Amino acid sequence: MAAKPDLKRFPGFFALTLLCLFLLYAPLVIVMIYSFNDSQSITIWGGTSLRWYGDVFWGPEADKFKQAAINSLAIATAAAIAATTIATMSATAMLRAGHFRGKGASFALINLPLMVPEIVTAVATLIFFSAIGFTTGYATILIAHIVFCIPFAYLPIAARMEGVEEVYEQAAQDLYATRWEAFRLILLPLMAPGILSGFLLAFIISLDDFIITNFVKGAGIETLPTAIFGAVKQGIKPNIMAISTLLLGVSILFVTLSYFAGRIGQKTKTPTGETT
Amino acid sequence: MAEDQTINPAIEIDRVVKRYGSFTALNDVSLTIADNEFFTLLGPSGCGKTTLLRCIAGFEDISEGAIRLYGDDIANDPPNKRPVNTVFQQYALFPHMNVQRNVMFGLQRLGYSEMDARGRAREVLDLVQLLPFADRLPAQLSGGQQQRVALARALAPNPKVLLLDEPLSALDLKLRQAVRLELQQLQQDTGITFIFVTHDQEEALTMSDRIAVISDGRVQQVGPARDIYEEPNNKFVADFIGETNLIDVAVTGVSNGMAACTLPGGAAFTCPAAQGAHQGHGHLSVRPERVSLTAPEKALITGHVQRLIYLGTDMHIDVALSDGEMVKARVQNSQSAHIPAQGAQVGLDFEEGAARLLID
Repeated sequence: MAAKPDLKRFPGFFALTLLCLFLLYAPLVIVMIYSFNDSQSITIWGGTSLRWYGDVFWGPEADKFKQAAINSLAIATAAAIAATTIATMSATAMLRAGHFRGKGASFALINLPLMVPEIVTAVATLIFFSAIGFTTGYATILIAHIVFCIPFAYLPIAARMEGVEEVYEQAAQDLYATRWEAFRLILLPLMAPGILSGFLLAFIISLDDFIITNFVKGAGIETLPTAIFGAVKQGIKPNIMAISTLLLGVSILFVTLSYFAGRIGQKTKTPTGETT
Repeated sequence: MAEDQTINPAIEIDRVVKRYGSFTALNDVSLTIADNEFFTLLGPSGCGKTTLLRCIAGFEDISEGAIRLYGDDIANDPPNKRPVNTVFQQYALFPHMNVQRNVMFGLQRLGYSEMDARGRAREVLDLVQLLPFADRLPAQLSGGQQQRVALARALAPNPKVLLLDEPLSALDLKLRQAVRLELQQLQQDTGITFIFVTHDQEEALTMSDRIAVISDGRVQQVGPARDIYEEPNNKFVADFIGETNLIDVAVTGVSNGMAACTLPGGAAFTCPAAQGAHQGHGHLSVRPERVSLTAPEKALITGHVQRLIYLGTDMHIDVALSDGEMVKARVQNSQSAHIPAQGAQVGLDFEEGAARLLID
């Protein structure tokens, strides 16, 4: 510890830290606080109330938001399940199939979507769908979401699978399990925390996506982010703050769950470890 | 091989070669392991002993040759089709299953009903005295207990051959000695052929019916512990098993398994020779405990005491010959023992039967 330069002693460290934290979180905190504002105005405080939350659920725009939320949840669930399944299979191929030609390229291709600017993916996906004559709608949103969720699901799953030593599957095969049984009865349960973590991450990435969704959604179909964007274009009302806060809450919940699921994975990483 | 084989070999390793790219891990290995034998593969790390075990288990494909289990060539079968089970070095107990579930795993894959599998698992757990721990998770057991679960799990399906990959290396010394006896007893009680891999010569000598000493992917010598220790074939075996002196000699003639040679200092000496020994330059292996100290004028070789090391029951004495070569002697510490002083001129003597001319 002593050898490391103590960052806390650099001049201005504390002020810089405060500035960063402020820029990062102040807007979020303001939105959260003002979502409980009783006033019609989005800038003038008029007392605490849950009025705008009521507006979200029962106000004039409630039906629109409700439909968008249902769409978002349904798409996120389906996309996360599909992406997690594909990511699990990819990880198995990458980490358990030994060496095969194009392994490096496969790894790059799986993770490339993380690097490509989202707007490029969005435009390309839209062009692709129209080129093959696909009508935009639920299906196009779902397909696009599955594709960009794969790397997010892949990373925690692969990390966990790397931590499961191959000797367990060998032991299973030695005890008369087929490759499939070794996978299903040994590898899959041991990497379950990674799969859960990957699923939750993919779910929240899909739930929050705006850019790609906005391009590939058909007319009249809205997800929560596009519905919020649409509403904002007509002027920001306090109910937007309430719905944003709700979405933020769901995101934080899922990211936290994903984090803890990953941690469970790490704790059982070397289960043969000596007990003292 | 020179040894008599029983008529019923459990495993025949027939000219097996295993290559990894340009590296040859197993080089023309042939071994016949008898039914109901406790057979040990002994060698330094990286010698190929574990590779051979993994070839028998099916985790490695062989490049050439055949592996026969009671006459059937199993070299191309996947591990789950081979009626052999393995005790892994790291045990590899399934961490998400309790002890009983671990032991039941192989039985259920073989089609035992839940009830039959449970019955058999409890029977085997009782055999290794772990029945009270049946409901525990592997992580809740000590190293020694985990080792016994691994053993129970591998024995439960009643394999034709049990493969043990350095199963004692993770245990502390006391426990290791106890488990050695248990393993030997278990082998005799179950009648299952054991193939045991170790780099520990003491383990090999105390437990095995026969030992194959392996080095550089080749079998150096096969035989019972006593033969390996007392009649080593070559320098590697003599040096690897126990401690030995390798004395440079000139071989003047070999006939009928006996060699006539000239010791350093000029004394003529006749002793048994390993197969393949020939005239010319050679090495004589003499175990330190077979070297005795005498008066220089009556001795085969003379030198002076370079170093004395007190070992409790024994005294280890390094004697430097005039040409600088070092000969180790080990003398029991008893009241009558004459221990020379450091630097003293001493004579070294050994019997004909204590020495053996080796091939390089």
